[in-house]
Amino acid sequence: MSPKTLYDKIWDAHVAHEADDGTCLLYIDRHLVHEVTSPQAFEGLRMAGRKVRAPEKTIAVPDHNVPTTPDRVNGIENPESRIQVEALDKNAKDFGIHYYPVHDVRQGIVHIVGPEQGWTLPGMTVVCGDSHTATHGAFGALAHGIGTSEVEHVLATQTLIQKKSKNMKVEITGKLQPGVTAKDITLAVIGETGTAGGTGYVIEYCGEAIRDLSMEGRMTVCNMAIEGGARAGLIAPDETTFEYVKGRPHAPKGAQWEAAMDWWKTLYTDEGARFDKVITLRGEDIAPVVTWGTSPEDVLPITASVPHPEDFEGGKVDAARRSIEYMGLEAGQKLSDVEIDTVFIGSCTNGRIEDLRAAAEILKGKKIKDGMRAMVVPGSGLVRAQAEEEGLAEIFKDAGFEWRLAGCSMCLAMNPDQLQPGERCAATSNRNFEGRQGRGGRTHLLSPAMAAAAAITGRLTDVREMM
Amino acid sequence: MEKFEKVHGVAAPMPLINIDTDMIIPKVHLKTIKRSGLGVVLFDEMRYHDHGGENEEFVLNKPAYRQTEILVAGDNFGCGSSREHAPWAIKDFGIKVVISTSFADIFFNNCFKNGILPIVVEEEHHAILMDDAHKGENARMTVHLEDQQITTSDGVVIEFDIDPHRKHCLLNGLDDIGLTMEKDHHIDKFEDHASQARPWV
Repeated sequence: MSPKTLYDKIWDAHVAHEADDGTCLLYIDRHLVHEVTSPQAFEGLRMAGRKVRAPEKTIAVPDHNVPTTPDRVNGIENPESRIQVEALDKNAKDFGIHYYPVHDVRQGIVHIVGPEQGWTLPGMTVVCGDSHTATHGAFGALAHGIGTSEVEHVLATQTLIQKKSKNMKVEITGKLQPGVTAKDITLAVIGETGTAGGTGYVIEYCGEAIRDLSMEGRMTVCNMAIEGGARAGLIAPDETTFEYVKGRPHAPKGAQWEAAMDWWKTLYTDEGARFDKVITLRGEDIAPVVTWGTSPEDVLPITASVPHPEDFEGGKVDAARRSIEYMGLEAGQKLSDVEIDTVFIGSCTNGRIEDLRAAAEILKGKKIKDGMRAMVVPGSGLVRAQAEEEGLAEIFKDAGFEWRLAGCSMCLAMNPDQLQPGERCAATSNRNFEGRQGRGGRTHLLSPAMAAAAAITGRLTDVREMM
Repeated sequence: MEKFEKVHGVAAPMPLINIDTDMIIPKVHLKTIKRSGLGVVLFDEMRYHDHGGENEEFVLNKPAYRQTEILVAGDNFGCGSSREHAPWAIKDFGIKVVISTSFADIFFNNCFKNGILPIVVEEEHHAILMDDAHKGENARMTVHLEDQQITTSDGVVIEFDIDPHRKHCLLNGLDDIGLTMEKDHHIDKFEDHASQARPWV
């Protein structure tokens, strides 16, 4: 038998039908659903008189729209947001799917809740009407975002019509330097490949620096595979993975656990398997990074300066000029001189317990700069509870951060947490697009520790100076 | 779904690279529970001023491009969020074809589900089409799906590739779910097999 990549193995185990032209029906093991990209899909089912084929494999949670202030117990004020969340309440009930409503302590960002509850397991196919579904690839699951028509397709048939992507390997060798995190890895990779570098590929991340990461860190890396254009990002499961999964509410137990482990241990890329594209970075070479522009590929070490548009080629010259103007920066300006007024710690990229620990470590006994607006939005109610138990919440509050309830919040600013025009935010989220965090708002992406450092100094800051 | 055959219409140039789906339709317009009516907010933040009112500089606001049916866009069009509201808005505006040197994966898939034809062309052909699109409303392009050809206003013919299954579905206006449900027995069989092989799923 010819050697296979991890992606090949998961793919082959899920093909329900293959047509002569290579178009496949790929069986979906887990379908995650949220309130923004699903109402039209459920409406489609109703209009056609169709059911959800596998409600037991379908999990819904409201996250994009929900307010994160304590007054949300009184209901959602914005009528449109409220209608979307109420529609999900009703759809979950009518179609009999698993549901974590707003008031449930387990509610949170769908990509944090899935792994936390043990819904995401190695070797699975996982989809969601959300591009950051790539997050679940950290478990060695084939996970990717889909549009609403495909949400409806999966609800009705538990399959997707797919053609296989190509294989790409991203290897991070060696050890990371102090102050460098999973977020810096994933941003550095996008800086290297560009936002279209992964288009048409599924990425497998490997190498010592990846193996050394916790599950939280691996989720951060895979989360942003989509920002590099890839359909999905994967990391082969190992003891770190099994340790994380074991004992979670929906993880297999007893004899089923043993049977699952037998299969999971075969989920790695065979010696000699072929990759269509290979990128290698040395872990030692990765610095704490920030973005300067309006594309996640606009990444530089914190010690660098805003580039000149003429440094680029082709369409990127105009794009860089537009970015620098939108961001209100000057070419040649040192990144560590860029002043910020807002800090956002949270999102499916960096809203897990380890992220909050890393930020709290920097903030301990310190205050944020006068006039700074800083908020922590834990990724789930359970992350929030754990952070309170560990005393992290007190550190954040003492430093001057707002301590919020779980949701997507200012990552995409669909709820009331938004930037005003011209405001500049150090954000642990995943997209620095124009207007992403609010019309006219300016976003610099960075790691939780770097965000905490920026909150203290009021400017983009090299976290290594505070360690 | 409506059948897609041929489009003969105005092509608008948007040479900017990495146009993301937040630009195509900002999140404030994702709170709808319907698919229709999003054309007026297509490219909202570029198309309208902060205080309201149209930005006359924006290509689709120029008199020549108000009836645009074909968009010639910069590389990596549709990157970012998976929101299908992006193709819904494009379709609702009246655009039926988007041409670029590359598209983001999810957006590309979403187009086909909505009767929009995304066409990938080589850089050299892209430059010809971009020039043609800059000529305004008198320069109408023709996109012929059956023949897989784009014809510029000067009669230059550029051929393009498309996945045969997707072409078939667009030409015949076929609904994916209906097609898949015809293969129900394959899905049943797979589920039987998978429940033995991986009972924990």
